[in-house]
Amino acid sequence: MIDLLLILVVLTNLKLLGASRLGASIRTVAAQGVVLGLLPLVTHPHPLSIRILELAAGSVIIKGFLIPGLLFRAVREVDVSREIEPLVGYITSLLFGLAALGLSVWFGAKLPLPMGALSSWLVPVSFFCIISGFFLIVARKRAVTQVLGFLVLENGIYTFGVGAMQEVSPLVEAGVLLDVLVAVFIMGIIIFHISREFEHIETDRLSTLKD
Amino acid sequence: MSVATFIVPLVGWLLAPLLPGVINRVKAKFAGRRGQPLFQLYFDLWKLLRKGAVYSHTVSWIFWTAPSAGCAAILTASLLMPLGGTPALLALPGDIILFAGLLGLARFFTVLAALDTGSSFEGMGSSREVFIAALAEPALLLSLAAIARKITQYSLSEILPALSLWDWLQSTPALALATAALFIVLLAENCRIPVDDPTTHLELTMIHEAMVLDHGGPDLAFILYSASLKLWLMGSLLASLLVPVHAGHWALDLAIAIVGVFGVGVIVGVVESCLARLRMPIILQLLVGASTMAAVALILLLR
Amino acid sequence: MILTLILMPVVAAIALFASRSRAASRVLPLGCALAHLALSVACWRQAPAPALGGWLVLDPIGKLFLLVISVVFFMGAIYAAGFPGTQAPPRNDPSAASDSFQSEPIFNGCLLMLLGTMTLVTASQHLGLLWVAIEGTTLASTPLIYLRRDSRSLEATWKYLLICSVGIALALLGNFFLEVAAAKADGVPNHSMVLSEVLSGAAHFDKTWVKAAFILLLIGYGTKMGLAPMHTWLPDAYSESPSPAAPLLSGALINCAFIGVLRAQQVCAAAGLAPFGEEAILALGLLSMAVAAVFILGQTDYKRLLAYSSVENVGIMAVGLGLGGAGAFGSLLHAVNHSFAKAMLFFIAGNLLFVYQTRAIAQVRGLLHRLPFSGVLWLTGFLAITGTPPFGTFVSEFSILKSAVDQGRLWVAAMFLGLLGVIFIGMATAFLGMAQGEAEKETRTRLSWMNLAPPLGLGALVLTLGLYLPPSLTQVLRSAAQSLGGL
Repeated sequence: MIDLLLILVVLTNLKLLGASRLGASIRTVAAQGVVLGLLPLVTHPHPLSIRILELAAGSVIIKGFLIPGLLFRAVREVDVSREIEPLVGYITSLLFGLAALGLSVWFGAKLPLPMGALSSWLVPVSFFCIISGFFLIVARKRAVTQVLGFLVLENGIYTFGVGAMQEVSPLVEAGVLLDVLVAVFIMGIIIFHISREFEHIETDRLSTLKD
Repeated sequence: MSVATFIVPLVGWLLAPLLPGVINRVKAKFAGRRGQPLFQLYFDLWKLLRKGAVYSHTVSWIFWTAPSAGCAAILTASLLMPLGGTPALLALPGDIILFAGLLGLARFFTVLAALDTGSSFEGMGSSREVFIAALAEPALLLSLAAIARKITQYSLSEILPALSLWDWLQSTPALALATAALFIVLLAENCRIPVDDPTTHLELTMIHEAMVLDHGGPDLAFILYSASLKLWLMGSLLASLLVPVHAGHWALDLAIAIVGVFGVGVIVGVVESCLARLRMPIILQLLVGASTMAAVALILLLR
Repeated sequence: MILTLILMPVVAAIALFASRSRAASRVLPLGCALAHLALSVACWRQAPAPALGGWLVLDPIGKLFLLVISVVFFMGAIYAAGFPGTQAPPRNDPSAASDSFQSEPIFNGCLLMLLGTMTLVTASQHLGLLWVAIEGTTLASTPLIYLRRDSRSLEATWKYLLICSVGIALALLGNFFLEVAAAKADGVPNHSMVLSEVLSGAAHFDKTWVKAAFILLLIGYGTKMGLAPMHTWLPDAYSESPSPAAPLLSGALINCAFIGVLRAQQVCAAAGLAPFGEEAILALGLLSMAVAAVFILGQTDYKRLLAYSSVENVGIMAVGLGLGGAGAFGSLLHAVNHSFAKAMLFFIAGNLLFVYQTRAIAQVRGLLHRLPFSGVLWLTGFLAITGTPPFGTFVSEFSILKSAVDQGRLWVAAMFLGLLGVIFIGMATAFLGMAQGEAEKETRTRLSWMNLAPPLGLGALVLTLGLYLPPSLTQVLRSAAQSLGGL
């Protein structure tokens, strides 16, 4: 069951790398958020505590609905065209994704969890998310896509956190989720302003400041 | 070598033209039509074989050898494909690559003949056909490699009969991904609907059909027959994957497998009825997606 | 006590956000800053009780930086209250680099929010909470940079937010790695990430994972701090942020990220991997100094010049920390000195920007004639930031250099000295050119005392630290350096 969820995460990442539509990308990230929100429910073998349920519910609501909702709003408000216009083509991105997946698997085998993982896929999948997130931030023009990349990166770290650690302090969890939410909220506002200021939301034109 | 090994290719040769009939019947049912007879392709083949062929004086010997050569390649490929737990007539380590290669060889002849006519439509068709094939090939090889990795054998006759429900339970995601990729390859290689429309009547939109416009008589019969046999082979590959049951007796297994192949045909018909043909850029994404799925399946099984 | 320190600014900020009252927005930051300063001084006199079950404790490192942050913030609050730039800037004109306060309550609310989160950083003993607090400072400071609402500040804000968020996300992964490393200690997962418990158990941690965790923490918090390969956001953010905010970013916020790096090094040292961590930090430090030197030479924008000088000084701190021992002492002292000196310079840069309406070094001439008081302070600040003898920066840079020579690492000492020399020349060219020459038009411009007192006060502090180190400060620095495994 854990494996299934993790492989779904891998597939959503690949979908994101190959997706050409903004709306589809946001929905994919939302789907990934929901899948990851369910992850704590299956990684905890002992009877489910209220805390785990809260964590799962919080993640699903924030990652699966609130953040994508914010992004959809930002996209709708600025009324951008819905093509993504990548700096690196979709097929190259997908090939990169496959290479990254292979690398993560290799890396995961090199760096075994000392206490043993619930699934041998946990570490590779989280690394894969992190690499894909970085790639999306670097290889995509649109500000929204960069935010999506940041979210995927954050999801990778979350995967590692949920999978590798049985107990994380609830205060910290709440803080992390809140920080991400606020970060995306502010990013959404900035996207709105970027579009107003530049009449587009392509960050490659943000290049006035340099030495 | 038992009788069964001889029966498997014979069954394929005899039943292959029935498969397009089944697909057509399903599509007709979806459209609310009565549809052409199930055995229409047999009638067509019989009719064409009795006719003579007309050759343009601009074509060379390539044009009239290619259809039979292509058919020969597919017939050879059919000797490699096991069905229902019975190994194939020919089995050698690494014949999964030979299988893919023979399919490629058949396509090579078709394309060559099409280019030989010098017609612009046929050139366009072959260019598209090769484009699609080049993208479908990695998906085919990668998914075959994934399945081979699962069984740790390298011959189709050892891989497919060895596959069991237990393997599915063990690695559901990987096998599901490989099967999905193979299904997309089946649609692409056999010119089915989301990639190509076999029933189109407009040369500009044709892919496979455009290449065979100038063939007639026995040549066309060979082409039609090898197309249906190719569909049968891909179908039996998928059926072996999807219905890995071992009932005990080879005849029973074979019967189940044949039902499986026609089941795949029904699925193809349903897909064709539900989908419209995709634009070329989307086809590109579809096929690259299939390769990606196959590669993920391979990575999943490699560790 | 600690909770009061943290919650007071946050509550004030929330009140400001809610009321949007201009009157309150003038009074609240000053009052809050004063109360915060008083409480911080009280914390030095008597150590406050731990709060939240040991998660919030003021250890020597926290104590040191709490006071620094409080002093810089207090000065910043005075400066912001008297800041004259109330006129609207010409919109969409990137050449006119002026400041305005279109939404003062929001600006001041974010300032207070920043103070609250920075205080939380100094007091956090739980590594997870520390992470949350540092990310909090990023989020609170983002609106400060994007106050002018033009395309340039927008670009700076986007880079700042995205690069820092990604960096800090990596630090979170580092925290998780550390927990993994801790789990092996006794077979069962060790949940506590409270610093004291981590440090006491660190000797039994899995070494590979501690190393990986350290690298991630260093990259993550190093991004926020402005260490070299990850510094790209820093010049943009500092030069585009409005005049009252830039001193806080460079004088106070850098220290928060530095605390993160210090905590990582503490854990690394406790795990018996001190040399590993020190080498990494040292390399990044020297790289930062080199990169800063390259960009300082020939820099045409004085706010960017100051920003690159921050990269350089962050590099100096890292070099000191990387040398360990007496170097760590010098590093902490340098952090204090740099905060005061750099905040001072950014305050004066704000004055210059207001008077001259340009950030181009070439267009600012005759500073000593036109703004004699600011001009003298500008030169003083230049001497202070480059580590010229009577100032505190000299003491700290000298002790770092001395520790390098004492350890026999002559190459490090030579590079350190050489880069300092290059940077001195680069900055001298810019600063002296601005101070001398003929003023173009009006001879005098009067500035409010509120815009001159903060830099004067900070300058006096740096000078004092150069002449006399109070025993209480020495003692705190000493115990802080000890907790890093030095001395």
